[in-house]
Amino acid sequence: MKALDYVAEVSSVPIGDILRRYPLAVDYLANIRLVGVDETKTLPEILENVDEDMLEEFGLDREEVIFHFSAFLEAFSRMEESIETISSITILGGRDKTGRPEMLELTVTPGEVVSIVGPTGSGKSRLLEDIECLAQRDTPTARQILINGSVPDLDKRFATGGKLVAQLSQNMNFVMDLTVQEFLEMHAKSRMIPDSAAVVEKCFAVANSLAGEKFALDTKVTQLSGGQSRSLMIADTALLSSSPIILIDELENAGIDRREAIEILVGNEKIVLMSTHDPLLALRADKRIVIKNGGVANVIETTAEEEQTLHKIEAIDSALLTIRNQLRRGEIVTEESIPEFQER
Amino acid sequence: MKLITVAGPPSSGKTSVILKTIAALGLPPGSVGVVKFDSLTSFDHQRYDEQQIPNQTAFAGKICPDHHFVSNVEGAVEWGMKKGLSVLVTESAGLCNRCSPYVNGILSVCVIDNLSGINTPRKIGPMLKYADIVVVTKGDVVSQAEREVFAFNIREVNASATVLFVNGITGQGAFMLARHWQDTLDIQTLRDRKLRFTMPAAICSYCTGETLIGEMYQLGMVKRMEFDDESP
Ligand SMILES: Nc1nc2c(ncn2[C@@H]2O[C@H](COP(=O)(O)OP(=O)(O)OP(=O)(O)O)[C@@H](O)[C@H]2O)c(=O)[nH]1
Ligand SMILES: Nc1ncnc2c1ncn2[C@@H]1O[C@H](COP(=O)(O)OP(=O)(O)OP(=O)(O)O)[C@@H](O)[C@H]1O
Ligand SMILES: [Mg+2]
Ligand SMILES: [Mg+2]
Ligand SMILES: [Zn+2]
Ligand SMILES: [Zn+2]
Repeated sequence: MKALDYVAEVSSVPIGDILRRYPLAVDYLANIRLVGVDETKTLPEILENVDEDMLEEFGLDREEVIFHFSAFLEAFSRMEESIETISSITILGGRDKTGRPEMLELTVTPGEVVSIVGPTGSGKSRLLEDIECLAQRDTPTARQILINGSVPDLDKRFATGGKLVAQLSQNMNFVMDLTVQEFLEMHAKSRMIPDSAAVVEKCFAVANSLAGEKFALDTKVTQLSGGQSRSLMIADTALLSSSPIILIDELENAGIDRREAIEILVGNEKIVLMSTHDPLLALRADKRIVIKNGGVANVIETTAEEEQTLHKIEAIDSALLTIRNQLRRGEIVTEESIPEFQER
Repeated sequence: MKLITVAGPPSSGKTSVILKTIAALGLPPGSVGVVKFDSLTSFDHQRYDEQQIPNQTAFAGKICPDHHFVSNVEGAVEWGMKKGLSVLVTESAGLCNRCSPYVNGILSVCVIDNLSGINTPRKIGPMLKYADIVVVTKGDVVSQAEREVFAFNIREVNASATVLFVNGITGQGAFMLARHWQDTLDIQTLRDRKLRFTMPAAICSYCTGETLIGEMYQLGMVKRMEFDDESP
C-alpha cells in the first residue's frame, strides 16, 4: 500500500478500527498527545475538536497530521517486509600492522561458528569491527567484507539502521528501568512480532537455563547480576534479534553455561563470530582464525582429535567450576577437590 | 562550502561525533571548521583546538538559545567563507526540547545517546523530528535489544530519517556519516533560506527582565496551565 492509500483509509475508517488494524498507531497518537479519543470517530473528525495551537507545538496542522500519520503507517508496513536474510559473509584480507598483505578469503555461512584467537592487542576486536561496519578497504586494516558473495549496497544497508549485525560484549549493560517481562515485550513489539507472549516466555526460559542463579519475570533488568544479564542478552539476541550475524567480543568470565549459549545461537541459524581467550569456546567453533600483529596468520579447522580433547577440557572446566562453587559456599578446598589429570 | 547543522541534548556526544567524522572526511587540515552555539559555558573549543580545527564559540547568555542561533548562523557562514573552509559544522547544545536549529536544504543531524532512556526519542520533539540523519551514540555500553528498541522509537517519531550508530570514542560508524556530509550541497550564503520549524515564541514580561511572580506581572504571550478543580 502507498501512503496515499493510507490517507484514504485514515480519513474514512473510525480510529478504533485503525488502532486495531495497526497496533503501532497508538504510539503515534500518544506522541502528539492524543489519548483517550472517541474510537467511533475518524481521525479528521477527532482533529476538528483539537486545539490548533496544540498541534502547532508539534509543527503540524490538521491536514498535516493526517499525511504524517499515513506516512508513519506506510513506513512501518515497509519495515515489516524487510527482514534480512543472508546466505554468507566473506572476509577478504587487507594488511597487518606492519603493512604486510594478509592472505585471506574466508566465507562463513549460517549455523557456523568461527572463533578468533590471538594475543592481547593482536587485533581480534578490530576484525569484529571490520565486519560490523562492512569494511570496504576503508578501515586501517584495508579488509573488505562481502555479503552473499558481493559488495553490499551500503546505503540500503545502513538505511535499515545496521540491522545486519548484532553485538554482544562484556562491556554491555542494561540501562532500561523495566522488568525482564516488560523488557522482552518491548523488544518483541519493536520487532512487530504478532504473538509476542510465546516468544517472551521462551526467551525467559532459555535465559534462565543459561544462568547459574535463576531470576524472575518481574526482576528489574538493571538488578540482574553480570551472569544473569549476559544470559538474558544471549537468549534475547538468539530469539528476538532480527540480525543474522552475531559478533561476540569475549564472553568468558560471564559465569554462564557458555557451550549451551553457543548452541542456542547456532541453533537459530545465525552466523557467529567470537573473539575469545577461552579454550572451550575456541575449540567449540568449527574454525578458528588466528590473529598475529593485526593480520590473520592462519585459519584452522577444528580437527577430530581436538573435538576428542574437548571432553577432557570440559572435565577440567567442570573441576574448576566445582572448586569455584566450593569457594562460593564458603567451604575449604582440599586435595580431593582436584581430580587427577596427569595420568596419560 | 558545505554547511552541516548538528544538534542534540547536552553531553549526547556531538563533539565526539563531529571530531571522528572530520577525521573520516580526510580533508586537508584547516579546511573543516566548527561553530559551537551554547548557553552558558562550553569546553568544546579545547578539543577542537587540540585537533587544530578552526572554531568559534557563541554564548546565548540571557537570550533564548534558538533565537540566538538564527540570528548568528548567517554570520557563522560568512566567517567560514572568509576562512576558506570547505565544510562548516555548527554544533548546538543547551537548547530546549522544543528547538530545532535546522534550515531547509541544509543537512541536519541530531545526536542522541542510548543512555538517555528509551522514551527520550519521543520527548525531544522537533529537534529529532525534523532531522535528516539521527546519530545514536554510546551503543557500546548498552545491550543489543536496547539499541534496537531505541532505534525503533526514533523511527516512530521520524520515519524518514537515516539512523546511524556511531561510537564517539572509537569512531566506529563515523565513516558512513562522513559519506552523507560529502554528498550535501555547496552554499555561499544562508540569506532567504527558511527554518524548518518555527522558533519557540517568547515575548512576555519575563523576557524583558521581570522577576516578580504573580498574574499582575504577566504581559504578552502567556500560556496558562489548567489544573483539575475537584476537591478531595
Ligand atoms: N561509551 C561511550 N561514550 C561516549 C560515546 N560518545 C561520546 N561519549 C562520551 O560522552 C561524553 C560527552 O561527549 P561530548 O562529545 O562532549 O558531548 P556533546 O554532545 O558535545 O556535549 P556538549 O557539547 O557539552 O553538550 C564524553 O565523555 C564522551 O567521551 C560513545 O559512543 N560511547
Ligand atoms: N591490521 C591492522 N592495521 C592497523 N591497526 C590495527 C590492525 N589490526 C589491529 N589494529 C589496531 O591494534 C589495536 C589493538 O587491537 P584490538 O583491540 O583489536 O586487540 P584485541 O586482540 O582485541 O586485544 P584484547 O585481547 O586485549 O581484547 C587497535 O587499536 C586496532 O585498531
Ligand atoms: Mg579485544
Ligand atoms: Mg560538545
Ligand atoms: Zn528552545
Ligand atoms: Zn518571555
